Amino acid sequence: MTALAPEHATMPVLGRLSPHASRAEQIAHIAEAARQIRIQDLKLVHYAGAGHVGGDFSAIDILATLYGAVLNVTPDTADDPDRDRFILSKGHIAGALYTTLAAFGFLPVEELATFLKPLSRLNGHPNRSKVPGVEANTGPLGHGLPIAVGHAISAKLDVSRRRTYVLTGDGELQEGSNWEAMMAASQYELDRLTVIVDRNRLQQGATTRETNDLDPLDQKAAAFGFAVVEVNGHDHGELLDVLSAVPFRPGKPTFVIAHTHKGHPISYMSNNVAWHHKVPSEAQLQQAIEELDRARRQPAADEVSKADPAFSTEGE
Amino acid sequence: MTTTAPTSGGSIVDQPRYDCRNAYVDTLADLAQTDHRIVGVVNDSVGSSKLDAFKKAFPDRLINVGIAEQDMVGVAAGLANGGRIPFVSAASCFLTARALEQIKADVAYSNRNVKLCGMSPGMAYGELGPTHHSIEDIAWLRAIDNMIIVVPADPIETAAAMRWAAATEGPTFIRVSRMSVPAIYGDDYEFVPGRAITVRDGDDVTIISNGTVLWRSLAAAEQLATDGINARVISMPTVKPLDVGAVVAAARETKGLVTAEEATTAGGLGGAVAETVVQHHPTRVRILGVPEFAPTGSASFLLDRYGMSPQGIADAARDLTR
Repeated sequence: MTALAPEHATMPVLGRLSPHASRAEQIAHIAEAARQIRIQDLKLVHYAGAGHVGGDFSAIDILATLYGAVLNVTPDTADDPDRDRFILSKGHIAGALYTTLAAFGFLPVEELATFLKPLSRLNGHPNRSKVPGVEANTGPLGHGLPIAVGHAISAKLDVSRRRTYVLTGDGELQEGSNWEAMMAASQYELDRLTVIVDRNRLQQGATTRETNDLDPLDQKAAAFGFAVVEVNGHDHGELLDVLSAVPFRPGKPTFVIAHTHKGHPISYMSNNVAWHHKVPSEAQLQQAIEELDRARRQPAADEVSKADPAFSTEGE
Repeated sequence: MTTTAPTSGGSIVDQPRYDCRNAYVDTLADLAQTDHRIVGVVNDSVGSSKLDAFKKAFPDRLINVGIAEQDMVGVAAGLANGGRIPFVSAASCFLTARALEQIKADVAYSNRNVKLCGMSPGMAYGELGPTHHSIEDIAWLRAIDNMIIVVPADPIETAAAMRWAAATEGPTFIRVSRMSVPAIYGDDYEFVPGRAITVRDGDDVTIISNGTVLWRSLAAAEQLATDGINARVISMPTVKPLDVGAVVAAARETKGLVTAEEATTAGGLGGAVAETVVQHHPTRVRILGVPEFAPTGSASFLLDRYGMSPQGIADAARDLTR
């Protein structure tokens, strides 16, 4: 297999639209960003021979929406104390984060070609001291939400309007630290804090239900004092509307259950547990790119099932 | 550098004793008064950290996350992300054990400006037993990169280390003693990280100590002097980074080194000193500390039991002169 090289890191830098752009224009911009990020990310994983492509693809629409149209942070304001904060708690999708940061100009696109290479700053989990735009060195699960709560408290102390977003996996919610943090978020009435759960219903080797069931997740979050909203995590319009509506309910932190599929929207990958950290072959890479191109020409509403995915070890 | 005790005459044993937590809370309030970035973060430990007055003075700036140590350290990292300087105040046993991964990833590896203050460390909780003892904290944290570890020996050093930490960007762990100790330093004491202080000079044998055991080491040196043995006593407030130069000089200039600390014999100050001399100037070393889950007893009783009474430390040092 060809090793990851500069010719594999060629995605366009998309940047942000003017804040005066219409909702339809914003959604189209996010959709194109998500498509480009998926293609680039798939190349990184294919040529580097490692990565977490399933989880990358379940979260890329959320990342593209945040960086493409929601977060009040740009490469020029990456150190501004009053910037919005995005904390990626599921640090193992670093490939998706780096690609998203490159798409919006935080780091050079060509540097993506160093992903996972010896001494590259693009490690398998993000390092804020080395990679611009990264807010926390995550990787061990259950760390992002407490950090986000701490930042949201700091914003409140500063009487600042800056917002805090944290993206967690769903399996990750099995870590007790999240629930400690949720109690504090409610106690401190952090209504400018938004927790987004990438609810793909799959963890490393099985469904969350088979492993340590999270449901009824909406009721649990509500009982912990959150305003709960459920969205299709692959619908850019729904994501844009909800993630822009902070505070969702005054006095309460927001808990967005984003229903997603691991590997979305690639036919052989979507909702398939085998793709947690599987590497696509050359043929699979080309097929995925073709599918993503076809979807751009013939956009269709992405349906997301809330049913448990079928367990499959196909291709393992 | 030699700094003498503030009071002259009489044995260190007879000096008045102080709870370092009082210096801690006074200094924290003082720092908070002049720097709005300073906040306290606690796990319900307002009373045990003596922070009631701080809470009254700065109600918004004492963040109590409840009995939730992982969240406490993560929240501190998030507060630092927002530009605050959090002083996390919690019983050292729970702070360092329960939240070790947050200390490693969210604070040290993320290089966040968080001050971790381990209250009532070592065997301060005495009869409450090994669940509440924190003899392992130093060994655990020594293994983590980008973490400065300070074990002050008296109220003046506690306050000085806090002032230095507040003014210096980066992760720091400070152990704040509960067991009363005499004042070792004068008001002119300046804390310099990574610098040892020769609190008593001598060239027969060396005792290296810190925290609650430093005054016991000075008392040991007084006893040795009556036998005509001149013991050098080195105060080592910073366990990491260690003052390698002071250790190597002592190894070279005296007959051997005794280390004495209220911590496990594996991987603490003794371990740090042993690692140093074995690589730079091999010599005889006696590591005094706590080798096991301690039985029931007060901290003072247990220190004596593990050979860290003045007599016990003197005996270990005397052995090395033979």
